[in-house]
Amino acid sequence: MIEGISIYEILTLSSIVFFVGVYGFFTRENLITVLMSIELILNASALNFVIINTYLYPDFLQGAVFSIFIIAMAAAETALAIAIIINLYKLVASVEVKDTEKLKY
Amino acid sequence: MDFSYTILIPLIPLALFVILGIFSKKIPASISGWMGSIGLGVTFVLSYYAAYQYYLNGKVNGVYQPFIYKYNWMNFTDKLHIDMGVLIDPISVMMLVVVSTISFMVHLYSRGYMKGDDGYTRFFAYLALFSFSMFGLVLATNLFQIYIFWELVGASSFLLIGYYYTKPSAVSAAKKAFIVTRFADFGFLVGILIIGYYTGTWDFQELNNPEGSVITNWASTSFMGLSVLTWALILIFMGGAGKSAMLPFHIWLPDAMEGPTPVSALIHAATMVVAGVYLVARLFPMYYFIEDGFALQVVAYVGAISSLFAAIIALTQNDIKRVLAFSTMSQIGYMMLALGVSGYHGHDGLGFMASMFHLFTHAMFKGLLFLAAGSVIHAIHSNYLQDMGGLRKYMPITHITFLIAALSISGVPFFAGFFSKDEILTAAYENNILIYISSVFVAGLTAFYMFRLYFGIFWGKDKEYEHTPHESPMSMTIPMMFLAFMSIAGGYIHFSKYISPDHMPFEAHLNYYLAAIASTVGLIGIVLAFIFYKKENNLSERFSHAFGIFYKWTYNKFYFDEIYLFVTKKIIFGLVAKPSAWFDKNVVDASMIGIGNVTESFSYKIKGMQSGKFQDYAMGFISGGVVIAIVVFYLWIN
Repeated sequence: MIEGISIYEILTLSSIVFFVGVYGFFTRENLITVLMSIELILNASALNFVIINTYLYPDFLQGAVFSIFIIAMAAAETALAIAIIINLYKLVASVEVKDTEKLKY
Repeated sequence: MDFSYTILIPLIPLALFVILGIFSKKIPASISGWMGSIGLGVTFVLSYYAAYQYYLNGKVNGVYQPFIYKYNWMNFTDKLHIDMGVLIDPISVMMLVVVSTISFMVHLYSRGYMKGDDGYTRFFAYLALFSFSMFGLVLATNLFQIYIFWELVGASSFLLIGYYYTKPSAVSAAKKAFIVTRFADFGFLVGILIIGYYTGTWDFQELNNPEGSVITNWASTSFMGLSVLTWALILIFMGGAGKSAMLPFHIWLPDAMEGPTPVSALIHAATMVVAGVYLVARLFPMYYFIEDGFALQVVAYVGAISSLFAAIIALTQNDIKRVLAFSTMSQIGYMMLALGVSGYHGHDGLGFMASMFHLFTHAMFKGLLFLAAGSVIHAIHSNYLQDMGGLRKYMPITHITFLIAALSISGVPFFAGFFSKDEILTAAYENNILIYISSVFVAGLTAFYMFRLYFGIFWGKDKEYEHTPHESPMSMTIPMMFLAFMSIAGGYIHFSKYISPDHMPFEAHLNYYLAAIASTVGLIGIVLAFIFYKKENNLSERFSHAFGIFYKWTYNKFYFDEIYLFVTKKIIFGLVAKPSAWFDKNVVDASMIGIGNVTESFSYKIKGMQSGKFQDYAMGFISGGVVIAIVVFYLWIN
């Protein structure tokens, strides 16, 4: 519980972060920034877990634990994505989204 | 009386087979031959002891009692079950004696004949397997057990015919024998199933009881004008005809001569090929009583025609083993026709007794003929009559024993074959004059072709041999001498005291009038052969020219093989298999391939929808998710 800040304001913040992420995911040309957008989406949901846990069920810890899980998963996912991007770079000497079209069929 | 030790008779060869088979690489040839011979020697002693005990003490109030030791093996219904066990009755004991004698002699003989062969131990393992299966067949207590061992003898026959597996002709002969007999066994199996379905039992004692429910109720169900049980018996006889090389399933027997000669003596002369006769004899009360013996008539005519047909072919063949093979077929035809003309009660059972008697004597002299032929082949390394001649000087023992066997099979008085053949002819004369005339004619032909062989091998032209042939070793001549003894002495056993369809001894007397006719015909055959083949001359060529087309037909065995090839290749492969293959390829397969092709071309049409940009896919995914969320929300609201 944070003094002077209501749950609605924090949820609004997390929604903003989420949609910024979604927007970035759809529109960015660079794979690294797409990856960063995914991180934003994950962070928004982690924030939601923590906030809802703190404001609505202060006696429990599940939300906080879940957010730790999300952080761990995000780290793993990033490592994997970076590995893919590096291999892609070796292949086409670029990290642009438009250069990945080769993989279609 | 206790006959439970007879279970050892099949089990000893089985143990031998397992040991020799598993350790065939480890056991040296010198030991394996002795192991096989000693094992079979023990069964030989046991069989003779069982015969002695049974025939002397097996009677209660003048009727031979069956002794049965069995346990329940598999249940189908309360009543219908398969047992495994041992049945001791007059004919099974007689068969035990035949099989163990021939098998023991062949084991002894093979020690010399197969010497130096690579697969020596394997050969003895197969022989033991065969002996086991044959003993099991003989001792079977019910139809299903006999069928199991029936197939086992077929399999061991296959293994032994194809023993020289590097020789393509042996391999194809083995396949042919297996396929032809297996095809016939299909009939046997269907017959067994019909009997199981309609009578609810497979047990010989229940089936064969003349007052039992099976025989008295034969007319209850009929199919196409005949009782179903008659059909079943005809189908069972089909299996018997396949194993016994009766027309039209005889084509495998001449080719089976590709196997080693001891195998021909054991399996294709004395034991396995008479399994068909044994089967009919085993079910004789059924054959006789059901439908007033209609199936038995079929047996009689098939036997008579086969015996005549085979005897004619045997006249023209040049491979000595093939002549003997056709001779075997002809003699088995005799046994079948004797069963076919037999009655049931008392003296009417003469044909049945004669058939078993001839089975016994035939096993002895035909086994001997094959062993002697093997001894000749062993000496000069050829099967063909053209390569032989004047061998009497080199191989005295083989010569004498072959002569005894040939006299015996020709029905010359005081040899074993004379007595048994006379009983058969008497039975035929009393019941069916047509069959009698054909049988007498066959007796003449038999004498002629046998002495054609005899003169061709041991007299005839004096050939110059590259390697001087010499007499076979003792290991081969001793069994031959024993069988020569049996080929004379076997005829003096009073079979009618021991064997009859109703298990009651009766008195059979030699019919001198008929015996005189038969032996005169036999002697005429021998004299003719003497004129034709004693000295080298061109009489036989002149005669074969005179017969022209008929000679050619006979020489080619009436083109039976060609007919079978025509039926299988042209009709079955051409008219049935090819259209089915076409249907499978163009309808069944094609429809499946068509579905695949349509899917593929459709997917080519729509693949442009894939842009390759993952953001487009994500867009699709998210907008789909949003649409579903809206729909769910809307429905929830309502």
